Amino acid sequence: MKFLPTSDADREAMLAAIGVSSVDDLFASIPASVRQAPDLPPPMSEIEIRRFFGGLSAKNAHAKDCAFFLGAGLYNHYVSAVADQMLYRAEWLTSYTPYQPEVSQGTLQSIFEFQTHICLLTGMDVANASLYEGASALVEALLMADRLVRGRRRAVLSRGIHPEYRETVLTYFQNLGLEVVEAPLAADGRTDVSALAGLVDETTFAVAVQSPNFRGAIEDWAAISEAAHSRGALFVGVVAEAASLALLMPPGEAGADIVCGEAQSLGVPMHNGGPLLGFLSCRTAHQRQIPGRLVGQTSDAEGRRAFSLTLSTREQHIRREKATSNICTNQGLMALASNIHMSLLGKKGLREVASQSHAKAEYLKQRIAAVPGYRLPDSAPTFNEFVVEAPGPAASLLSRLARRRILGGVALSRWSREPADARRFLVAVTEMNTREEMDSLAQALGEAS
Amino acid sequence: MNPEELHYTQSHEWVRIDGDIGTIGITEHAQKELGEIVYLELPEVGHLYNADDEFGTVESVKAVSELFIPISGEIVEINRAAVAEPGIVNDDPFGDGWLIKLKVTTDDEIRKLMTADQYAEYVEAEEKEK
Amino acid sequence: MSVEIDDPTAGAAAPALGDRLHPEPRHEPLVFERSGAGKVGYSLPPLDVPDVSAIPAGLLRGEIEGETEITEVEVARHFTRLSRLNFSIDENTYPLGSCTMKHNPRINEEMARLPGFAASHPLAPEEVSAGTLELAWRLEQTLKELTGLARVTLQPAAGAQGELAGILMVRAALAKTGNPRTTVLIPDSAHGTNPASAHFAGYKVKELKSNARGTLDLDVLEAAMTEDVAALMLTVPNTLGIFEDRILEIAQIVHAKGGYLYCDGANFNSFVGIARPGAMGIDVMHMNLHKTFSTPHGGGGPGSGPVAVAESLVPHLPRPTIERRDDGTFFLDFDRPESIGRLRTFLGNYGMFVRALAYISSYGNRIGEVARGAVLNANYIRAGLTGVYHLKYDAPSMHEVVFSDKRQAEKGVHNGDIGKRLMDYGFHPPTISFPLSVHGALMIEPTDTEGRSGLDAFVAAMRASAREVEEDPEIVLKAPHTTPVKRVDEVGAARNLILRWKPEGSGSGTGDRKS
Repeated sequence: MKFLPTSDADREAMLAAIGVSSVDDLFASIPASVRQAPDLPPPMSEIEIRRFFGGLSAKNAHAKDCAFFLGAGLYNHYVSAVADQMLYRAEWLTSYTPYQPEVSQGTLQSIFEFQTHICLLTGMDVANASLYEGASALVEALLMADRLVRGRRRAVLSRGIHPEYRETVLTYFQNLGLEVVEAPLAADGRTDVSALAGLVDETTFAVAVQSPNFRGAIEDWAAISEAAHSRGALFVGVVAEAASLALLMPPGEAGADIVCGEAQSLGVPMHNGGPLLGFLSCRTAHQRQIPGRLVGQTSDAEGRRAFSLTLSTREQHIRREKATSNICTNQGLMALASNIHMSLLGKKGLREVASQSHAKAEYLKQRIAAVPGYRLPDSAPTFNEFVVEAPGPAASLLSRLARRRILGGVALSRWSREPADARRFLVAVTEMNTREEMDSLAQALGEAS
Repeated sequence: MNPEELHYTQSHEWVRIDGDIGTIGITEHAQKELGEIVYLELPEVGHLYNADDEFGTVESVKAVSELFIPISGEIVEINRAAVAEPGIVNDDPFGDGWLIKLKVTTDDEIRKLMTADQYAEYVEAEEKEK
Repeated sequence: MSVEIDDPTAGAAAPALGDRLHPEPRHEPLVFERSGAGKVGYSLPPLDVPDVSAIPAGLLRGEIEGETEITEVEVARHFTRLSRLNFSIDENTYPLGSCTMKHNPRINEEMARLPGFAASHPLAPEEVSAGTLELAWRLEQTLKELTGLARVTLQPAAGAQGELAGILMVRAALAKTGNPRTTVLIPDSAHGTNPASAHFAGYKVKELKSNARGTLDLDVLEAAMTEDVAALMLTVPNTLGIFEDRILEIAQIVHAKGGYLYCDGANFNSFVGIARPGAMGIDVMHMNLHKTFSTPHGGGGPGSGPVAVAESLVPHLPRPTIERRDDGTFFLDFDRPESIGRLRTFLGNYGMFVRALAYISSYGNRIGEVARGAVLNANYIRAGLTGVYHLKYDAPSMHEVVFSDKRQAEKGVHNGDIGKRLMDYGFHPPTISFPLSVHGALMIEPTDTEGRSGLDAFVAAMRASAREVEEDPEIVLKAPHTTPVKRVDEVGAARNLILRWKPEGSGSGTGDRKS
């Protein structure tokens, strides 16, 4: 086998050194009754693997061969060639968690830079080395808030938070004695802040709101911050489209205590939904309760700047069932990709990506609103994603478009049983979309309905 | 090396009694096992504890250890110098590296604690287990 | 510095790491410190629509203070230089116990980057997602075959999330009978994620002390296994690299009281393709695709933690499941009322599914060769180091062997120091932070990736380090000597927290640290 470097002669010599006559002898502690070779096909050569996987890949419509407007928490943004090629370097790809700082300064420094980028973008003091993805990042943020505000059991979540994030919170909360209350959306698509304020009381440990929210609407962080803090709850800002952070007021500037979400938009390909890049940032005062790995700056024995993992005593490998989280692995390679991306685009590029995405989305909104039978039900300002209401069922409409190589949006019926939502879908626009593609979507919508 | 006048616990704390004030810290053996201490989490003054309650944690880079109060009482002082510079606990665990002082509410608990000799034997037995 | 090796069969140890790194200075500035006003590292097409903003000014931000202005050349060099400060599997043996640092075949990387996977979106209509669904379905079928269990969820993002999913399914199944129970039993040798995951599933943890062989004591288990116990979480083989040879009796004891047997599959590399967990009486088991199935560790993730379950837990699988219709088409089934729900967005770390299936396909029905290689290698290292390092438990080793520093500690040298010294010989240190049941552990997992010459060189380096402890302990205590940075002050990092760079003029930058 090409990945196994032991020759027959080596094997014999090794068995002799061990003092057994066959490799099978080394498996003597496994009961014979449970030993069984798997019923799998014979080994495939590299040529066959390319052929087989290439065939599966070809069955999928994707962003490189379609007019592409899918979003809902996963976006088709620009990724530079230099970023992906850097990920192929063995020193990044085939190393592990930097437990040993003397031989891991590359990974450690890159994480330190990633932490810094996230702080700058979210307007916060401290960020961790990444989390799995946005939904579990929200869970971790809420559990962190619960530890910080002791004796309260209830989190108020806006219904504008991605439905899969909210479902994930319920999965985690179900056995921890924690409760979720959902705040409704107003008619314009934003969270109904006065209704939310009414739900916050002295049992509330956190108020979490996403912006831009699941319907694309930009929330008013300042009003939400006030609603949370006036009753002693922490304000958790959720960002699922992190490209927006370069243009919109970051939650940190509006008093957020914790900011969390999904940073896939910042340099990570869509990967059919994973691996993604969860992030979490917070205030200095709360840093000892942050979950996941953290890198700190220090020095080596000769006084030179060096980096190492730090505050490890929060983590499961030391504190076991009393740890701040059960998380062990983070998203190291994705955090690296994102660090490269943010560094390359920097102050100007991140902003330009955000403003182009917004301008293009505004153009497409106008085009679609002008198509007979279609309307935009929400009036709140949006960033790069918005809800469209079609004259008929959205899911079948989008399937018809897909056959014409237009992935026109995501039907809300996937998450909502409300009758009005059956005709509604989310359309996302990024700097990757051309005017021509947007015109073709508007035209196809007109023809399909 | 364990001062004779102190009383010791199996969780490696010590108590010194002066009148109705008990001073509590961790032993030389405990600081050595933990390694260089980087963080102390200690209670607020005024907090009341029963014997064996957890009253804080002491952390090194690679370990965290809960602190258990040897005798019941009310916290009257915490060692702020040690909180600011936890290395003091490594350097002088029985002296400047003390952790908390409390007003003792009962004196019969102290008799259940170990003497310096008993503690030394206990540590030796624990080492053999490894 | 020169290093002498006393084992004539070993040849020379690998050259010192430092020799292969770029010359001094080995220090690379932060990317922020390379920034300069006016530099640009990207280009976008000109905006082809009117440049409008429909966002009220009060919702906008100003410039991102402190963000970079830097060119592509500088970015390429920065990250290339940084990369050279890392040790990696492609460079040399990486015997980090419990992490299964094996070769990452590049064909897997190529397949994961096919546009139909890397540029696809999980919310595209089903009719244009046939290939992505089929691939995930095939991976599930393959993992079912390898585990001998009824179904597999691919959703968990990593092993720890898989553990949580598995215990939540156990809880759901027990709750259906009216009593979710209170406690999960976990041996003292377990990885820290086990108790943490049990806690987040709402259970108390009861730790079971291992017996003198390092395995589970059946009397201890029998006594602890009450009707309050939901599950036993067992790592098979355990973190000492020892297979629980009484696994069938263990399963009987757990099942007799109505409990579930959870298997932490972190060490599946030692018996994949040899034996099937389902046949052992295991009810639920997570696997780490980044361990057994070679998806890259990437400097700390992404992982992927599929969970295989017995029939009784199938109704509780996370939502959605991937199903095949009679006509051969695939769909996502959200209509699963007894599901524990969702653990994350979308379908899981899909890119890892592609890599893992490519890896398993490379071996096919010969996948057992992986386990055979891993176990042979660990035993060869054991044979080479027995008598030099203390072996607390001498039960047969599977894929890893756990020595301790007991002998060296008498000279004041500890496992961490020995690990640092190995860096000078060109190796990554073994795992030293656990298992907690071995004081001063040196947990060595060579994996199937190593050949005899590499193992000989590693053994020679371990032996040379042990001899140095006897003759010149200072050289070990002050190690490493040849790495890009000397021993890093982790105490300083924890006492004086600097967790980010700050722009000039906004408080303390990175330059002005204490000491």
